[in-house]
Amino acid sequence: MTTAEKRVGAIANFVDERTGAAGWVKKSLNKVFPDHWSFMLGEVCMYSFIILLLSGTFLTLWFDPSQREVIYDGVYEPLQGLKMSAAYASTLDISFEIRGGLLMRQIHHWSANIFMAAIVAHLLRVFFTGAFRKPREFNWILGIILVTLGLVEGLFGYSLPDDLLSGTGLRITSAIIQAIPLVGTYITFFLFGGAFPGVGFIPRIFTLHVLLIPGIFLAVITIHVMLVWYQKHTQFAGPGKTEKNVVGHPILPVYMAKAGGFFFIVFGVTAFLSAVASINPIWLYGPYTPGQISAGSQPDWYMGWLDGLVRMAPPWETHAFGHTVSWNILIPALIVPGILFTGMALYPFIESWITGDKREHHLLDRPRNVPNRTALGVMSITFVMISLINGGNDILATAFDLSINQIMWFSRISIFVLPPLAFVITKRLCLSLQRADRELVLHGKETGRLVRMPSGEFVEVHEPISEQKRFILTSHEQPTPLVLEDIDSRGVRRAGTLKNKLRVRLSKAHAVAIPKVTAQELKEIEHH
Amino acid sequence: MRTVSNEIESIKDPGPAPHVLRAADVNPRSEKRAEQQVAILFALSGVGSLLLIYSYVFIANDVFIFIPVMGNQHAQQLGLGIGMAMSLFFLGMAAIHWAKTLMSETEVVNHRHEFRSSDEDREDFIKTVKEGVAGVQLGRRKLIKRSMAASIGLFALPPVLLLRDLGPLPKKQLETTNWKSGTRLVTDPGDRPILASDLEVGSVVQVLPAIAESGEKGEHPERLLSDIAKDPVLLIRLRPEDFNLTPEKLAMTHEGIIAFSKICSHMGCAVALYEQTTKHLLCPCHQSTFDVTRGAKVIFGPAARPLPQLDITIDAEGYLIARAPFSESVGPSYWERNSQ
Repeated sequence: MTTAEKRVGAIANFVDERTGAAGWVKKSLNKVFPDHWSFMLGEVCMYSFIILLLSGTFLTLWFDPSQREVIYDGVYEPLQGLKMSAAYASTLDISFEIRGGLLMRQIHHWSANIFMAAIVAHLLRVFFTGAFRKPREFNWILGIILVTLGLVEGLFGYSLPDDLLSGTGLRITSAIIQAIPLVGTYITFFLFGGAFPGVGFIPRIFTLHVLLIPGIFLAVITIHVMLVWYQKHTQFAGPGKTEKNVVGHPILPVYMAKAGGFFFIVFGVTAFLSAVASINPIWLYGPYTPGQISAGSQPDWYMGWLDGLVRMAPPWETHAFGHTVSWNILIPALIVPGILFTGMALYPFIESWITGDKREHHLLDRPRNVPNRTALGVMSITFVMISLINGGNDILATAFDLSINQIMWFSRISIFVLPPLAFVITKRLCLSLQRADRELVLHGKETGRLVRMPSGEFVEVHEPISEQKRFILTSHEQPTPLVLEDIDSRGVRRAGTLKNKLRVRLSKAHAVAIPKVTAQELKEIEHH
Repeated sequence: MRTVSNEIESIKDPGPAPHVLRAADVNPRSEKRAEQQVAILFALSGVGSLLLIYSYVFIANDVFIFIPVMGNQHAQQLGLGIGMAMSLFFLGMAAIHWAKTLMSETEVVNHRHEFRSSDEDREDFIKTVKEGVAGVQLGRRKLIKRSMAASIGLFALPPVLLLRDLGPLPKKQLETTNWKSGTRLVTDPGDRPILASDLEVGSVVQVLPAIAESGEKGEHPERLLSDIAKDPVLLIRLRPEDFNLTPEKLAMTHEGIIAFSKICSHMGCAVALYEQTTKHLLCPCHQSTFDVTRGAKVIFGPAARPLPQLDITIDAEGYLIARAPFSESVGPSYWERNSQ
C-alpha cells in the first residue's frame, strides 16, 4: 500500500466507524446512469441553479436593497445628481465601480434565463417521452413546483434593481394582486407597505429572493434529484433494455467526469455570453418613477407569455353593487395560468385514468408512439407561443412595420383556432411517422440505387435495417381502448355513466395507432 | 379491464450490438495523442485563469478597445469575462474528453425492483400505526380531542395576525389624489404654473398638482413616489371643434385644453404615447388606446374604462387650476371601487 492509499484508508475508516457509510456509498457508486443527450437538460437546470447561487452571493456583497432615496454621485455621468433609490444606485455601483461586478450581474441574469429555458426544455422532454408515468408522478409535481417558483424568483430578481423597466413590471404585478376580489386591495397595501410603490417592497422581495425562495428551491431540488437517484433513471427502449433493468455507465468514473465536466462547460458558456452579450443594461432605463415609462416595456421571456395574455384580453369588467371585478386582469393573469399549471400537475393522473394503466414504466416512449399526448403537448406549446408573440406585439410591430392592432387581433383569434389545429396536425404527423417506421421495418431503408429489371421495370433497392434497429422500432406497446360496461354484473346501471362514456371515448382516441410490425409479418416478408 | 396488444408476437430482443473498441483502446499512439489533447485542454483553462487575473489587476477601468463586429468594448469587462469563460469551459472539455477517450467505458446493467413494499411489511406498517393511534386514545378522550382542535384552530391565527403591520389599511387612499378644487397645475418636471396661452394647439404637457408652500419652517415639502403614482395628469390642447364630448365633459375643458389622468385605468402604467394625427393616447404596457376627442374613450386594448378626466379652469391670475378633484378613482380597478 502506498502512503496515499494508507492516508485515504485511515480517513475512510474514521468516517465509516462512526456512520457505517461504506455500504451505502458502495451501492451508490455502482448506480448506473443511462446516456442520452436529452437527459442533460435536467443537468443544465441544476448547474444553472448553482451558478445562480454563486453569482447571486457575489452580488449581495454590494447590493443595497433599500428604497431610501439617494442622490447619485457615482462614475456614470448621465445619471449624476439624479434622485434614485439606494437599490438602483448600488446596482449602478456594482456595474461600473466593482471590478467584475457587471460580469457577475450579467452572469446572474443570463443564467436565470438559461435556468428557465432549461427547465422548460427538461419539462417538455419528460412530458413527450412519458417519463412522468408511475412511479415518477411525485417528481413531476415537484418539477411543476420548481417551474412555478422559477417564474416568481425571476420576476423578483429582475425587479430588485428598481429601474424604470422593472418598476413598470412591479406596477403591473401590484395591479394584478389588487384585482383579486375582496382581499386584493389589502394584500397590495400590506405587501408594498402602503399605496404603490410603497416603501417596503424592494427590501421584502430581496429577502424572499435571496433567502426564502432559494431555500425552498434547494429543498425541492434535493428531493427531486434524490428521487431520480432512488427510483433510478428512465431509459429509452433498445436492445438489452427492459422495464426491469437500467443500462448505462456507473457513477465512477465516466458519469462523474462527464457530469462534472458538463457543469464547467455550462458555466463557461454562461460566462462567455455574459462577457460579449449585454443583458438588462439598467443604466439606460433610468431610476423608477411611476409617472414615466419607456416605450417597448417588456418582461423577461418566461413572463412574456403571461403579459401577452393580459394584452389580448377583452376589455371586460363587471360593475355591480358598488364593486368592481376586473375580468380583463383576473382571467389572463390568474385564472388561465392557474388552470394551465393545475392541469399540468394533474396530467399523469389524468392520463392513467384514460388508459387504465396502473403499472410502473421505466422505458421511455418515443413521442410518435403516443400521438394523443404528443399532440396535447404541441397544442400547449402553440398556446404559449401565441401568447408570447402577443407579449412582444409592440416590438414586432416596430421591427416589421406592422399594425399593433392587427397583431392583437391575430392573437385573439388564433389563441382559439391554432392550438386545436396544432393538435390535429401533430396527431396526423405522429401516425405518419408510425407508418414510416412500419415501412422501414418491413422493407428496409431506401438506398437511392435504381435497378432496371429484365422486364424493363425500374425498382429502387431497399437495404434491410439492423436487427437492433428493428427491435427499437417495434418494442413499444400499443394500447387497446378501454372497454367499460354500462351495466354491471348484477344488471344495475353503473353510477357515473357519463363519466364512463367520456373515459371510453378519450381512451379510444388515445389508442389510435398504426399497427406495428409483428414477428409473423416479418417472417412472411422474408420468405418472399 | 385492460388488454395489452402485446399478446401478438413481437420482434425478439436481439441483445445489444457488439462493443466497439475506441482507437485509444487498441492503438498506443492514439492513446498517447488523447492524453496530450487532454493536457492541452487543461493548459487552455490555465491560460483563461491567467487572462482573468491579468485583466483584474492590470487593465484600467476606463480603457475601451475596438473589436470588429462588436464595436467599442470595455476592455476589463471583456478580459475578465473571456478569461473566466475559457478557464471554466476548457476545464469541462478536458474532463469530458478524458472520460470519452480514455476512461473505461463498459456499460453496466443494474436491476430494478418494484417499489411496492412486500405484503408483510405493509401489514406490519398498518398494525404499528393502528397500535400507535390506539395508544393515543383519541376516541375515548372527547374532551382532549375537542380542546385540542380548538387550540390548534386558534394557534393558526397569530401567525397571520403578526403580519398585520406590514402596511397601513387602504382606507380612502385609492380614491383620493392631491387634486383639490383650486389646485394649480404645475409642469413636471419644473414645477412651474401654466398659463392657458402657454399651450399651443396640438401640444401635450405632463402636470402635477402644485404643492402648498405651507411646509414647516418654509421648507418645500417633497412629493412622495406614491403621489407620483396617482397624481400625474396629461394636458392636451386641441381645437375646440375637434371635441366630440357630452356637455358635462365639455364643460370640464378650458378653451380646448383637456386634462386626463396619466395613470392607465387598466394596470396603472403611465399612458405616455400621444399620437397627434389621430389624437389617440396609447399605453405602452398593454396597448390600451384612448381617443382624446371622445373623452379618452377606450377604442382598443384591454382597458375597460376611459381615463378619468380632470375638471380644469383658470384662476384670477390666469393660471390653470383644477375646478374640482377627480370624480372617480384613478388607476387600475379594485374590488371596493364603485364604478357606476
